[in-house]
Amino acid sequence: MRNPQLNEHGELQHLLSLDGLPKSVLTAILDTAEPFTEVAEREVKKLPLLRGKSVFNVFFENSTRTRTTFEIAAKRLSADVINLNVATSSTKKGETLLDTVDNLCAMQADMFVVRHESSGAPYLIAEHLHNTGRHHIRVVNAGDGRHAHPTQGLLDMFTIRHYKKDFHNLTVAIVGDVLHSRVARSQIAALTTLGVPEVRVIAPRTLLPTDVERMGVRVFNDMHEGLKDVDVVMMLRLQNERMNGALLPSPQEFFKVWGLTMEKLARARPDAIVMHPGPMNRGVEIDSAVADGGQAVILPQVTFGIAVRMAVMSMLAGS
Amino acid sequence: MRIRIANGRLIDPANQLDATRDLYIADGLIVGVGTAPSGFSADRTIDATNLIVCPGLVDLAARLREPGFEYRATLESEMEAAMAGGVTSLAIPPDTDPVLDEPGLVEMLCYRAKKLNRAHVYPVGALTVGLKGERLSEMAELVEAGCVAFSQANTPIIDNIVLMRAMQYAATFGFRVWMQPVAPFLARGGVAHDGEIAARLGLAGIPTAAETIGLYTHIELARITGARLHVTRLSSAEGLKMIKWARKEGVDITCDVSVNHLHLSEMDIGYFNPNCNLTPPLRTQRDREALRQGLADGEINALCSNHTPVDDDAKQCPFAEAEPGATGLELLLPLTIKWAQETRTPLVTALARVTSDAARIIGSQKGGHLSVNARADVCIFDADTYTPVSRSRLRSQGKNTPFLGLELPGEVRYTLVEGQVMFEAS
Repeated sequence: MRNPQLNEHGELQHLLSLDGLPKSVLTAILDTAEPFTEVAEREVKKLPLLRGKSVFNVFFENSTRTRTTFEIAAKRLSADVINLNVATSSTKKGETLLDTVDNLCAMQADMFVVRHESSGAPYLIAEHLHNTGRHHIRVVNAGDGRHAHPTQGLLDMFTIRHYKKDFHNLTVAIVGDVLHSRVARSQIAALTTLGVPEVRVIAPRTLLPTDVERMGVRVFNDMHEGLKDVDVVMMLRLQNERMNGALLPSPQEFFKVWGLTMEKLARARPDAIVMHPGPMNRGVEIDSAVADGGQAVILPQVTFGIAVRMAVMSMLAGS
Repeated sequence: MRIRIANGRLIDPANQLDATRDLYIADGLIVGVGTAPSGFSADRTIDATNLIVCPGLVDLAARLREPGFEYRATLESEMEAAMAGGVTSLAIPPDTDPVLDEPGLVEMLCYRAKKLNRAHVYPVGALTVGLKGERLSEMAELVEAGCVAFSQANTPIIDNIVLMRAMQYAATFGFRVWMQPVAPFLARGGVAHDGEIAARLGLAGIPTAAETIGLYTHIELARITGARLHVTRLSSAEGLKMIKWARKEGVDITCDVSVNHLHLSEMDIGYFNPNCNLTPPLRTQRDREALRQGLADGEINALCSNHTPVDDDAKQCPFAEAEPGATGLELLLPLTIKWAQETRTPLVTALARVTSDAARIIGSQKGGHLSVNARADVCIFDADTYTPVSRSRLRSQGKNTPFLGLELPGEVRYTLVEGQVMFEAS
């Protein structure tokens, strides 16, 4: 089966998922992102790498943060950026996903940054571009359903590498709603590929996918056990609609058992860092004392996100 | 028209026959096997040297999409597909629009099919009005109109008291009830087997328990009501285990499996291939192996195509949004042969699952075998020729199947229905 992300030379053609990408590709993206962190400190925050290219942010699902950081990244690379909030336009009028894509192709798009509520939607688009001979157009997955959020996974790896230097001696815990989280899936794929010896997930059984162990993680239900001696704590966002019902009884109970407090964090190594993909629910998955504390690297994550997205877009444009 | 099919390898599972024999046909019936009846002179002789001659295939699930979904397929297009696939008898699930819950509709369908003069059609009536699981359909009248059994297609009955009454009522007449085993709430919202692949791809899962709990409900109610239960589209090893157990308990139960579940597993979803969005979902390799073995043993009684033409607009979508279903009429024979080859199942056994055994479930005496005086529904094929599955070659209006691009064995050369050559490969 052809890997739709890679071209015949094994180079990255689209970024759809971190699952199945070789370590060399992940490392190359992180290395490429490194110098881009300095662009932000310059007076003129621009590089000409995507000059003349049109980047379409096609968001079938609402997002502010991810879309904004993609927009900033593309603009810093001198691309023309077009933002389409498709969630409120064409598809509501009955247009199919592939019709929308065809129309945008007719507007001479060079790159699609796609977010969609359905797992696999960016694959469908990449496959369609392949089948219709539009091999020059690139697709970046900006989050698809529960499946993947590869640039988030990459910026998390960049953050870990920044603070911990090496992946090979780390214990990393991912905490919260793994079942519905595309972020968690991308993190697990990246951490296991980059050689982290122990990746843990900590959650109630209702929020873990069946056979999650097969993804190469150790499962914990208890925070005190799961956080013991970890180097990195990666919190996940709990969606409002999942807080009261058959998955969880209440946000209060979730916080009591799985919310990250200073007391629970004390189980981790003293130099452990705390991450969160945002937006945070303070008092549900994370206590403010932790979110605003010295171990949190949540805001640097956002900054690094721009550099990582610049790296991805410049590499795709160059392949 | 008197036809002699000469020099073919005649495989007639109902009579445990696998030998080189000539077949003699007159007035739509088989009139001689091996030896011609006295005074027989053929108007036409079909040379079947190096070909296999078997009963026309009996498919337990073929959605022809009429009435209601004519933009997806029509009787004309799907009958052509059936003929090209050597399928001469079709059981039609009731999930048309409107559903097959009215005698008039069933009569119309039978009339339309008869006028086309292709495959024989065996409608399966809706067990409840509108498949809504609330009111019983007029089963006696529906049978008079032509229905051979009753089913809910893929729509489960949520209220078990209605399910029990429906089975009781059907049992009153001895009608067979064909049920898809599914516990409705456990399957709700799911699109793939709840396992490793769904976890990895972030797809909402349907656990095996949705099948086993549904199946247990059906088995218990069949036991209580005495209904004759046929379980459709088995998908799991656990489900098969329960069928065996129910038989030991003396429940009158038969079951079938689709060609998709016989050959594919959750792994085939690959990178979100929407053609693998099927009902029930493709399960694990372990499940697939059990189903293959069960079909060979005869614990699974029949193999069907579960032919469900879906148009491109409904299929070329992100996996979860794609409509479940795949085209299959033209693949039933090739996939039967492929399974037989891979599992070293004798062809006479393999073909039984798509001819005589399937005919028994429909309750058809006249089809599915080649005894003297049987209806002359015949399929003549070349088992050794491989042909690619491609959109352009498929005659069905449904072009979507997980098998696109594969080369499959078994090329149909002739299809005869009631002694008339309805398909002849060019």
